[in-house]
Amino acid sequence: MADAKIRIKNLYKIFGNKPDQVMHLVRQGVSKQELLDEHKHVLGLSDINIDIPAKRIHVIMGLSGSGKSTLIRHINRLIEPTDGKVIVDGDDVMEMSSNDLMHFRRFKASMVFQKFALLPHRTVAQNAAYGLTIQGVGEGEAVERSQRWLERVGLGGFEKHFPAQLSGGMQQRVGLARALATDAEILLMDEAFSALDPLIRNDMQGILLDLQKELHKTIVFITHDLDEALRIGDQISILRDGAVIQDGDPQDIIMRPADDYISDFIKDINRGRVIKVSTLMTKAARVSGPKFETTALLEDVLTTLNKSKTDSGAVVDGKGKVVGKITMKDAIQAMARPQRSETGTRYK
Amino acid sequence: MFDFFTEFPDMSRRDLRDFKLAVDGAFRDFSRTNGEAIEAFFDPLLWFLIWLEKLLVATPWPVILIVVGGLAYLGSRSWKLALGSVLSFMLIGYFGMWEDTMSTIALISVATLLCILIGMPLGIWMAKSDRVQSVITPILDVMQTIPIFVYLLPVLMLLGIGKVPGLIAVCVYAMPPMVRLTNLGIRLVDSDVLEAANAFGANDKQKLFGVQIPLALPNIFAGINQTIMMALAMVVIASMIGVRGLGIPVLQAIQNQYLALGFMNGLAIVGLAIIFDRVSQKYGKRLQEHRGGHDHG
Ligand SMILES: Nc1ncnc2c1ncn2[C@@H]1O[C@H](COP(=O)(O)OP(=O)(O)OP(=O)(O)O)[C@@H](O)[C@H]1O
Ligand SMILES: [Mg+2]
Repeated sequence: MADAKIRIKNLYKIFGNKPDQVMHLVRQGVSKQELLDEHKHVLGLSDINIDIPAKRIHVIMGLSGSGKSTLIRHINRLIEPTDGKVIVDGDDVMEMSSNDLMHFRRFKASMVFQKFALLPHRTVAQNAAYGLTIQGVGEGEAVERSQRWLERVGLGGFEKHFPAQLSGGMQQRVGLARALATDAEILLMDEAFSALDPLIRNDMQGILLDLQKELHKTIVFITHDLDEALRIGDQISILRDGAVIQDGDPQDIIMRPADDYISDFIKDINRGRVIKVSTLMTKAARVSGPKFETTALLEDVLTTLNKSKTDSGAVVDGKGKVVGKITMKDAIQAMARPQRSETGTRYK
Repeated sequence: MFDFFTEFPDMSRRDLRDFKLAVDGAFRDFSRTNGEAIEAFFDPLLWFLIWLEKLLVATPWPVILIVVGGLAYLGSRSWKLALGSVLSFMLIGYFGMWEDTMSTIALISVATLLCILIGMPLGIWMAKSDRVQSVITPILDVMQTIPIFVYLLPVLMLLGIGKVPGLIAVCVYAMPPMVRLTNLGIRLVDSDVLEAANAFGANDKQKLFGVQIPLALPNIFAGINQTIMMALAMVVIASMIGVRGLGIPVLQAIQNQYLALGFMNGLAIVGLAIIFDRVSQKYGKRLQEHRGGHDHG
């Protein structure tokens, strides 16, 4: 991708006493288990290559221990890599001097944490202003400037409270306001909503999507929850044992899971509510029958086609021009889970 | 041959005597050449202590009572404690121990201040490096277990009898908890919060004053509290080497078997200890109120 904002290149991370000495084994493809059992090192990340486009939400998904937190912490270098590069706007973060890195963290990339990580002795207003005070903005001005972000996440009126007096959802809104207040272009979110109840999590996803429509930040979002990934991700990378096993947009991953692991991951989702018409349509210029937008969901297509007792419908773009055709047969087929053996061969 | 096992094969008496003489001589020379310089080094401390003592003694007693009550209330936000403190001071004054008490408070204040000024940076340094911690911890152990008279000896040889050696004796004994608890407090700071500070680009100073010290404050306060308590416990010993205060009458009482005198002054020390302890503990608790307190508003 040409306009990648963040490029992760051949990134390796090995935890242990002498990572450099086992690096060659990892390059030869030793498994995580073998590295642990026989060489007493933990394989955190193995040959990660991801291009993260600007102004999009890039989700990194994987089960516990797959290396998600390790990966996102390399982007602002909270963790030093064993090998590899992280290039942001053309600059390698790993080559930055400590001063440059500090500047990068203050102005370019801010972060939201799973356990909120708010300062317990500072008020909500002071917490939201934290990033700005670190930048060197005076306390008074910082509080003033971050005020609008507190209001934007729905926390107006809670400025004088302390974090411990707020519910988890509200605490994470403070975390979000704190990250937004620095005006950084990049937002790193490590399982930011995982600690919240499902309903609150849903709210927070909504807030994030609304904000994104306006702000167009480059967001790297970590989750282990597929529904969340599908809802907010423009692009999804799936991690297992420290390696990326599939990289694509949500439709891609649902229609063509790379292997059994991913098939397993997606087996319980409601396909009707995730798959879009654009994924299923075949090209055509003139079609009769009911009309569907490209973003219409499979569920709606099935109901409408069934009601109108036709076999197929027309797919139209935003301006109403017909761009393709969707048939009942394709729609029904898409509802069934794909078998890996048919489809998986395209991926490594 | 049998002797070998019953008698420890020690060095000869003459060697031992020479060894001791050599050490004593060397130290005496050292104190002769450097004694004045070292004394001069501690002069500002001495002036400060004398100044504070004079100030406390010269201040009219009603003013002191108001200040005591006020500070106790500000620290604890408890009327009962403030009132109790004032009453204790009135009793102390009524039984004729006012001046000695003022001297003791001056000593404790200066000693505590000194312990904080030296102990806190030391604790912070220890928290930053495991190696520093492994060097300082045994020194602290020695400071707390070595018999007081043993380390007083060189101090006395250097500085003679007086307030400064007393102050040093108190500080050697009272500082370790300050250092230990500062170290512990900073090491226990929530690593998630510290990571957040890092992620936002905080430098070392911003992390120390913005995160580590504030979050370690409850432990640091426990350290200050213990330091005050241990300093008070040293009051009698300090008076043996020339520090004025409540310890002097206690010593007299021991020498002359004055039961009432000994008890009165002993109780005054206990009274001070209880007041300092309760007020500083309440203050420490109030510091953390908004932290873990009432979850979910
Ligand atoms: N400091 C460390 N020392 C040794 N091993 C580590 C360290 N940090 C992480 N690991 C290991 O690296 C692997 C990846 O950990 P990571 O925390 O990135 O996983 P994760 O995907 O974020 O999991 P979770 O969903 O539990 O947060 C795990 O096997 C973990 O045990
Ligand atoms: Mg994690």
